Amino acid sequence: MILNLRRALVASVVFLVLCGLLYPLAGTGISQLFFARQANGSLTPYGSSLIGQVWTGPGWFHGRPDGSIITTGPGGVLVSGTNQPGPRSKALASQVAKTAQTLKREGVIPTNDLVTTSGSLLDPDISPRDAFAQMRALSAARSVPESQLRRLIDGQIHGKLLGFIGRQYVDVLSLNIALSRLK
Amino acid sequence: MGYIAELVVVVPILALVWRFLGAYMTGVYEGRYRFLRWIESPIYRVLSVDPNSEQSWQRYAGSLIVFSAVALVVTYTIMRLQGHLPLNPQHLGGVTPALAWNTAVSFVTNTNWQNYAGESTMSYLSQMAALTVQQFVSASVGVAVAVALIRGLSRKDSKTIGNFWVDLVRGVFYILIPISFVSGIVFVAQGAVQTLSGPAKVHNSLNGVHQIIARGPVGFMEPIKELGTNGGGFFNANGAHPFENPTALTLLLSVILILAIPVALTYTFGQMVKSGRQGVALLATMTIIFGVWLGFTTYAETQPNPAVASAHVVSQRTGNMVGKEVRFGPRLTSLYNVASTQTSTGSVAGANDSFNPMGGFGLLTGMMLGEVSPGGVGSGLYTILLFAIITVFIGGLMVGRTPEYLGKKIQSREVKLAALGVLVMPITVLILTAVAVSVHGGQSAIGNKGPHGFTEILYAFTSQANNNGSAFAGLNGNSAFYNITGGLAMLVGRFAVMLPCLCLSGALADKGVVPAGPGTFRSDTPLFSGLLIGVILIVGGLTFFPAVSLGPIVEQLSHGKLF
Repeated sequence: MILNLRRALVASVVFLVLCGLLYPLAGTGISQLFFARQANGSLTPYGSSLIGQVWTGPGWFHGRPDGSIITTGPGGVLVSGTNQPGPRSKALASQVAKTAQTLKREGVIPTNDLVTTSGSLLDPDISPRDAFAQMRALSAARSVPESQLRRLIDGQIHGKLLGFIGRQYVDVLSLNIALSRLK
Repeated sequence: MGYIAELVVVVPILALVWRFLGAYMTGVYEGRYRFLRWIESPIYRVLSVDPNSEQSWQRYAGSLIVFSAVALVVTYTIMRLQGHLPLNPQHLGGVTPALAWNTAVSFVTNTNWQNYAGESTMSYLSQMAALTVQQFVSASVGVAVAVALIRGLSRKDSKTIGNFWVDLVRGVFYILIPISFVSGIVFVAQGAVQTLSGPAKVHNSLNGVHQIIARGPVGFMEPIKELGTNGGGFFNANGAHPFENPTALTLLLSVILILAIPVALTYTFGQMVKSGRQGVALLATMTIIFGVWLGFTTYAETQPNPAVASAHVVSQRTGNMVGKEVRFGPRLTSLYNVASTQTSTGSVAGANDSFNPMGGFGLLTGMMLGEVSPGGVGSGLYTILLFAIITVFIGGLMVGRTPEYLGKKIQSREVKLAALGVLVMPITVLILTAVAVSVHGGQSAIGNKGPHGFTEILYAFTSQANNNGSAFAGLNGNSAFYNITGGLAMLVGRFAVMLPCLCLSGALADKGVVPAGPGTFRSDTPLFSGLLIGVILIVGGLTFFPAVSLGPIVEQLSHGKLF
């Protein structure tokens, strides 16, 4: 018993040092050396291309309505994935109806992704279809022909992995940065 | 069609993992590989363990319990003191006692149930030195128990079942660290963060948005979170967070890592009992259950979400997108979440709580079958072996003959131990759920009205007693009531199954082997796999059907009704 206790204590220290310090620190070193951009959060001068932002008003492509329910923690840090509504929740139904109303007022045809919140509440992406649905409204607001917007979206589509795995998506931040550079 | 295409990638890779990781693990636990002796030997020396000595089941179990108890204290202490320790760029205070207790139990038992949001609760030191450490060692402990039980089945007239300390050390250094490290590089290359610099403050001049984005040592925690079937993520959103699971590639890698060890252990089992077919029979059982549940849940999630449908504003041809990420969609999210609930992982790539009623039913009942398809690292194999013993016992009753499994006579003691190991989980779940719905502390945490609220409670205890750790996140679990009862459920669900397994291993190792005769019920045939599936489904169905009827089944049948 005493021997076991001593072994358990020593083993805990050994694993703490090797698995809890050495392993993550070595990983951090390699990451910072070879993949510094990704390891630091895929940051651009306008924010992280992996973290969704709230885009309001008719002049921008909108992402998913995550901003309506995401909360912040100590120091204002964004807290991902708060409690989610169940599949027969009245609150969810009215939230969806309200979001759709807002979109329609801006001239956007509501889509499945644009009226529902994501799992992370930080979803940076929309599907190409969601982007196309916003073309007419944007074209009016920015006086840019729809054909030009369509080309802009086409150029931003991330394809499927190996051509057949996962889904196509557009990262909203990159799309809006490209939009801001349109003549 | 697309879905079949994704499985076309996953299945052959898993087949290779089964064959080669399985054989490698046999070598590791039989002590044939020595190339890491330069790490092992000094550790054995400071532990004063002779790597060539073996332990009786009582000593093996004693070492395991004492080690886990000390790990619990160390993990608890680091979290309580994190405010005074380094690597705390957000200046977070110590974790409260009830939450630290629940979390320490959760990570030591390989559950990784999380009543907290990582990015706003845990310092980097707690994430690394408290939580990630337990993700390694609790996984290694799980595999050690499975290997000890296999030794019991494969030896004859032996008083010992291996050495706990050697199995623990070998599992971590030969299996878990190398695979995790290589996979960690892939995660980071794809976009997972790995930094100690604290949150990033960003300001976007285009839309005026200010954000403080949590970061941390995430990319190298991901692989052990999956490979060890732990499931505890760095962030609250777990595998849905773009910094944990940035692309479809990391999602598929995660699924492969989750399934790797539980699947490969059936090959190890076949090798160690010197009959590959015995391992294949178990693998077939696991695969069939997994496949049915995967198909069912995925189908449910490609259907419209009833609450969204009732608003009549969008078509839901793409399925239920509530709580799901655009880059994954319903199919990949279902694949990940099913793999994670059918093992003891419990990580999520989308919110379980927002799955359709029958999707949630698939996740919940997958756990209720005892996590055997393929189950957690080690725990999946030892639990299905308990079911296998019950199966040969029932087979023996049918023909009126003393049952055998792998040449070992299964007598009263073995059947009692197996029954105990199988029934601990349902008893714990049902009693604690009944208590929770009867007292104020239990009811007040419910986040959704109607049958969904009941499902949240049932799911919480099912998840914890199975050491799964996934949540129907609508429940606010960070209360004294749920922290304490949940901690209890996790401890019972872990150790009250491990101890009967080790006792069984000792009892079986001590026995001789009876040669198979014409009356022997063979355990390497499709008939056996079929009977085993039947036993697993019947035990799960008989114990849980009434409870499940009150939750997801009522919810599914409430056509046109919102709560």
